[in-house]
Amino acid sequence: MRPELSLIAVILLLFFFDLFAKGKARDYFQPLACVLMAVHVLVNVVPSREAFSLFGSMYQYVPMMSIVKTVMAIGTLVVILQASNWLVGDDTRHKQGEFYVLLLSTLLGMNFMISAGNFLMFFIALELASVPMACLVAFDKYKHHSAEAGAKYILSALFSSGLMLYGISMLYGTTGTLYFDDMAARLSGTPLQVMALVFFFSGLGFKISLVPFHLWTADAYQGAPTTVTGYLSVVSKGAAAFTLMVILMKVFAPMVAEWQTVLFWLIIASITIGNLFAIRQQNMKRFLAFSSISQAGYVMLGVIGGNAMGMTSLVFYLLVYLAANLAAFGIVNVIERNSGKLDMDDYNGLYRTNPKLAFLMTLALFSLAGIPPFAGFFSKFFIFMAAFSEGFHLLVVIALLNTIISLYYYLRVVKAMYINPSDAPIATFRSDGYTRLSLVLCMAGVLLLGIASSVYDGIHLFSFGL
Amino acid sequence: MIQMEYYLVVSTIMMFAGIYGFFTRRNLLAILISVELILNSVDINFAVFNRFLFPGQLEGFFFALFAIGVSAAETAVAIAIIINIYRNIRNIQVKNMNELNG
Repeated sequence: MRPELSLIAVILLLFFFDLFAKGKARDYFQPLACVLMAVHVLVNVVPSREAFSLFGSMYQYVPMMSIVKTVMAIGTLVVILQASNWLVGDDTRHKQGEFYVLLLSTLLGMNFMISAGNFLMFFIALELASVPMACLVAFDKYKHHSAEAGAKYILSALFSSGLMLYGISMLYGTTGTLYFDDMAARLSGTPLQVMALVFFFSGLGFKISLVPFHLWTADAYQGAPTTVTGYLSVVSKGAAAFTLMVILMKVFAPMVAEWQTVLFWLIIASITIGNLFAIRQQNMKRFLAFSSISQAGYVMLGVIGGNAMGMTSLVFYLLVYLAANLAAFGIVNVIERNSGKLDMDDYNGLYRTNPKLAFLMTLALFSLAGIPPFAGFFSKFFIFMAAFSEGFHLLVVIALLNTIISLYYYLRVVKAMYINPSDAPIATFRSDGYTRLSLVLCMAGVLLLGIASSVYDGIHLFSFGL
Repeated sequence: MIQMEYYLVVSTIMMFAGIYGFFTRRNLLAILISVELILNSVDINFAVFNRFLFPGQLEGFFFALFAIGVSAAETAVAIAIIINIYRNIRNIQVKNMNELNG
C-alpha cells in the first residue's frame, strides 16, 4: 500500500499548493512537483519483502509489483522534468496544477491496476488511468489537433473498455465470482470462456496499443502535447503490459494454450504492421508512435512464455525502453518548443547546429533499435531468450527479422541529422536545465543499464512464473 | 416468469447494435450514444447473471452500479472534449476531423 499512499499524499500536496499559492510562490510549482516525485520514488525504491493482500484480497501485493510501480514513478518524474518548458508557456501557465493532478491520478490508477485482485477493482483502476489521460491528451485547449486527438482517445477507450466489460460479464456468468483467485479455480476453458478471453484482451490491448486495437495510437500521439505523448508511450503502456501478464498468469492459467495462441498472432501483427507503417512516416511523433506499436509487440514476447524469466525480461525491457523512448521524446519536445519543427526533413543538418542533441538522439535511437553495447541490445536479447526457451522459435525468428527492418527506419533519422544537407537547419539553441537533467537521467539508463548486470539480477530475485 | 435467455437476447442485440453504430455513424455524439449502448448491455448482463444464476450474492449488481457510475464520468469527459472541438471548428462531423492523417 506504500506507493499508493505516498502518491495520494503527493497529489493532495500539489492540489493544495495550487489552491493557496499566490503570486511569487507559484514560480516554485515546478521544482516542488519534481522534488515531491523524487521523494516518492526514494520512499518506494526498496520493496517490502512479504506478499500480502488487503480488503478481502481486492488489493494484492507481491514485491515484483513494487518494482514495476517504482519504474513507472521514475518515468513520471522524467516526464514532469520534460514538461517544464511547455508548462511555463502563456496558455498553460495558469493550469500547471491541473496537469500535475491529472498526470499523477493516471499514475495512481495504474498502481491500483497493477495490484488489483478483483475484476471490479481492476476495471475502476483502468478507468482511473484512462479518463484523466483523455483530459491530458486534450490539454492544449486552443489547438484543434489536441481536441481531435482527445476525442479519438476517449471514444476508443470507451469502446474497448465496453468490449472488455462484455468479456468480464461472460466470465462472471460462467464462474460466479469476480475475484482473481476464485475465478482461476473455476475456469475450465469452455467456448464461452474463450470468447470472453478474446473480448477481455481488447481492454488492455487498447492501452498497450497492440495491433487490432492500435488505430487511435498514431492520431492521439501526434495531436497530444509532446510530453503527454511520451507519458502515453512509456508509462501507460508499461503498466498495462505488466498487468496483462499478471492477469493472464493468475486468472487465465487454466487456459494457457488459448491465450498463447491469441498472443502469438497479436505479437506478429503488432511487430510487423508497426514496423511497416513506421517506414513511411514523416512526422516525428507519428514515427515514434508506430515504433512504439512495434516495441509493444516485443514487450509481449516476455508475456507469452509465462515463466519467471519472461517476467524479469519484461520489467527489464520496460525500464530500458523507458530510458530510450523518453530521451527521444524529450529531444523531439525541446526541438518543437524552440523551433516549432516536427518533420523528419526539418532534422536535416541538425548535427551542424546542435551537435549534442543530435548525438543524444542517435544514442537513444540505437538503444531502441537494439545495437550493442547500449541497453536496448541486452533487453531485446533477454526477451528473445525468454520466448525462445519456451519453444516459440518461429516467433523469435520473425521478431529478429523485424529488428532489421526497424534498424532501417531508426537510421533514417540518424541519416537526416548527420548526412542530409540542409539550407535552413534548425538554429542553435540552449535547452533549459530541467530538460538537460531529464536527458542526463535517460542517457545514464541507456548507457549503464545493459552493462550493470546487477539490475537484471535484482529484478530476477522477485519474479515468478506460472 | 421471463426466462434468462430473453434478457440475454436483448443485451446481445444492444451490444452489436452499439458496435455497428460505432463504426458507421459520422457524428461524434451519435458515436458516443453507440458506445453507451455497449456499456448498458453489459450492465444488463451483470444484473441478469446475478439474479438468475447466483441469487445468493450481490457481486454482479455492484459491478453494474460501478459500471454505470464510471461510464457517466467517461461520458462527461467525452462531451467536454466534443464541446471543445465544436468551439474550435463549429462542427462535430467526423469528416471534418482530418487534420491528423498520415
